[in-house]
Amino acid sequence: MDWKTKTMMLLVLLGLGFVVTGAARAQDDVPDVQTIVKKANLAAYYQGDDGKATVKMTITDKQGNTREREFNILRKDVKDGGDQNYFVYFQRPADVRRMVYLVQKHADVDKDDDRWLYMPALDLIKRIAASDKRTSFVGSDFVYEDVSGRSLELDVHELVQTTDTQFVVKNTPKKPELAEFGYFNVAIDRKTFMPMKMEYFDKDSGKLYRTIESAKVEEIEGLPTVTKSVVTDLRTGGKTEMEFTNVDYNLGIKDIFEERYLRRPPREAMR
Amino acid sequence: MIASQRVAAAVMFLAAALAVTATGQERQPKKDVIKEFLDGLDTEYHGFYEARVGTRLLDDPYQSKDASIGEARYQFDLFSMRDWGDIKIKGDVYGDFVTEEVEFDLREANLFTRPTDTMDVKLGRQVLTWGTGDLIFINDLFPKDWVSFFIGRDTEYLKAPSDAAKVSLFFDALNVDIAYTPEFDSDRYITGERLSYYSPALGRRAGEDNELSVEDRQEFFEEDETAIRLYRNISSYELAFYGYWGYWKSPAGFNPARTAAIFPELYVYGASGRGAVGKGIANAELGYYDSVDDRCGDDPLINNSEMRYLIGYTQEVARDFTAGVQYYVEQMLDYGDYERTLPPGSKSRDEFRHVTTLRLTQLLMNQNLMLSLFTYYSPSDQDVYLRPIVNYKASDNLAVEVGSNIFFGDERHTFFNQFHNNTNLYLGVRYSF
Repeated sequence: MDWKTKTMMLLVLLGLGFVVTGAARAQDDVPDVQTIVKKANLAAYYQGDDGKATVKMTITDKQGNTREREFNILRKDVKDGGDQNYFVYFQRPADVRRMVYLVQKHADVDKDDDRWLYMPALDLIKRIAASDKRTSFVGSDFVYEDVSGRSLELDVHELVQTTDTQFVVKNTPKKPELAEFGYFNVAIDRKTFMPMKMEYFDKDSGKLYRTIESAKVEEIEGLPTVTKSVVTDLRTGGKTEMEFTNVDYNLGIKDIFEERYLRRPPREAMR
Repeated sequence: MIASQRVAAAVMFLAAALAVTATGQERQPKKDVIKEFLDGLDTEYHGFYEARVGTRLLDDPYQSKDASIGEARYQFDLFSMRDWGDIKIKGDVYGDFVTEEVEFDLREANLFTRPTDTMDVKLGRQVLTWGTGDLIFINDLFPKDWVSFFIGRDTEYLKAPSDAAKVSLFFDALNVDIAYTPEFDSDRYITGERLSYYSPALGRRAGEDNELSVEDRQEFFEEDETAIRLYRNISSYELAFYGYWGYWKSPAGFNPARTAAIFPELYVYGASGRGAVGKGIANAELGYYDSVDDRCGDDPLINNSEMRYLIGYTQEVARDFTAGVQYYVEQMLDYGDYERTLPPGSKSRDEFRHVTTLRLTQLLMNQNLMLSLFTYYSPSDQDVYLRPIVNYKASDNLAVEVGSNIFFGDERHTFFNQFHNNTNLYLGVRYSF
């Protein structure tokens, strides 16, 4: 062996060594898929014990017509990763102004969420009978479940890809008849566990037809927070952008998730 | 004449629609001036412009106009949050082409305050609602505007405002609402003006020819109303008990000395429950109507006491398609005494009046198009009241609505079919800001 060959071999070995140790280290860092989806669920829907944000939604249809929604949302977790309460106070458009939407979300998949809607012109509290969580949220391309979270128990999760920055998890519904998609992939940030991109694939053709992207993630009060989220429906050509401002965590929100505050919201919800 | 009036109505509608669109565009700078001024006062300013026209679909010998509704309306809604509480003022100004008057309807003018952690107070003109029924009211004895409901105004106008003080108390065990109305607020009931009704005295339908003469109750603090609700949630089931001490909200008696209809005294006691059952929401409510001025049931000129029962169920049956059914019964008490004392020749009411309702709502086009049908059907009266409505939100500000009020049945005197000749079709355009 001449010195050239020796050097080459040494380099190859060194390189291999790096690759092997690197791979081993990467392997060490990969939690099991259940841990990944649990952490992602907490990062996306359970930051802090409670939270508040002003949400501006811009719904754009295929023709480019836009509609806007603006509401304040207050959330309080009953249990991390479990039940939650949501209080949504509408600011815009004018015809739904001052309406309040109250949700008591139940993590138990066999129990429907309890939902109420307050209509101020009639002073009427309506109980909403909606068990389908794949219904459009306020006419946007987001569905109800995108906003309040999808129970982890509904899908089988597989880690299909691990890159330097992301885990990609494939989620296949246990009950295919209850979902309009065949499966969806979620790309989760390895550091923050924030879901960065979700891709929905058609039941029959297997084609990608819907994406949700976390277009902007900021650290607020030390907690990574999606401040802009965009959903695109490739079939309808529709797109909805959701922007979050005035984000605040751990405010010590009181028990406002009841009739008293539907009829007259607390001030922090109206500003 | 009829044809020309319909043309006139159509022209008027178009003009009004144009006016609305024009106001939407041209008023912008002017509105900003108002907004700026109100912003300076820390007051939010919203509202809408609306044009609504409608026509009768049947000839009514007792009404002179073919138009069932024709109005250009402006609603302003002012709201201000102060350190001590809120001020709200909401009012409608509208030109009514049917009555040929300009009207002002102050919908709300109230102060709200939250003086302690366990108390809310709202004083002044306000819209009040409670109970579990869908367009059926048992324990909600706050005033209703049946005229607006039947001629095709927006559903918000079914609730007429009360001049009241509402105090709400919140405790761990239960919550209490007390609504005190110092001067009786009746329903806005059918008088014969613009809507015909069945007159038992005449034994036929009547309208402008025989407008109801009514003896009002206007003694401040004497002829008052008190309504109480006790309620609490057990998990997410809502339970409530109600009491009401006041008067029948629409005329329910007759004073022969003054040949006028009257509002006899009425006490009501009731209860309700609402919660998730299966995949939908179930509700049940009942009420005992104690007709104080005719407790024995033998005064033929005053309504007997009644029991009222309601059960309902609503479910989303397909995506963005909801169906709701209700079954409602009015039971006249002391029916034997009623029958015995009924003047000969008059149409007798049944002891039990059964009503079923069906609400179907379909949302389409990203929930911008709503198709809705509400049906009342009474198997005992053999009559029907249909309310189909199509509402399209053309933009975030502009909505167009077409709807109809259809009444039919077997006999002229029954609850819904007495309004048969008032069957109408309407069209509305609303610009909200």
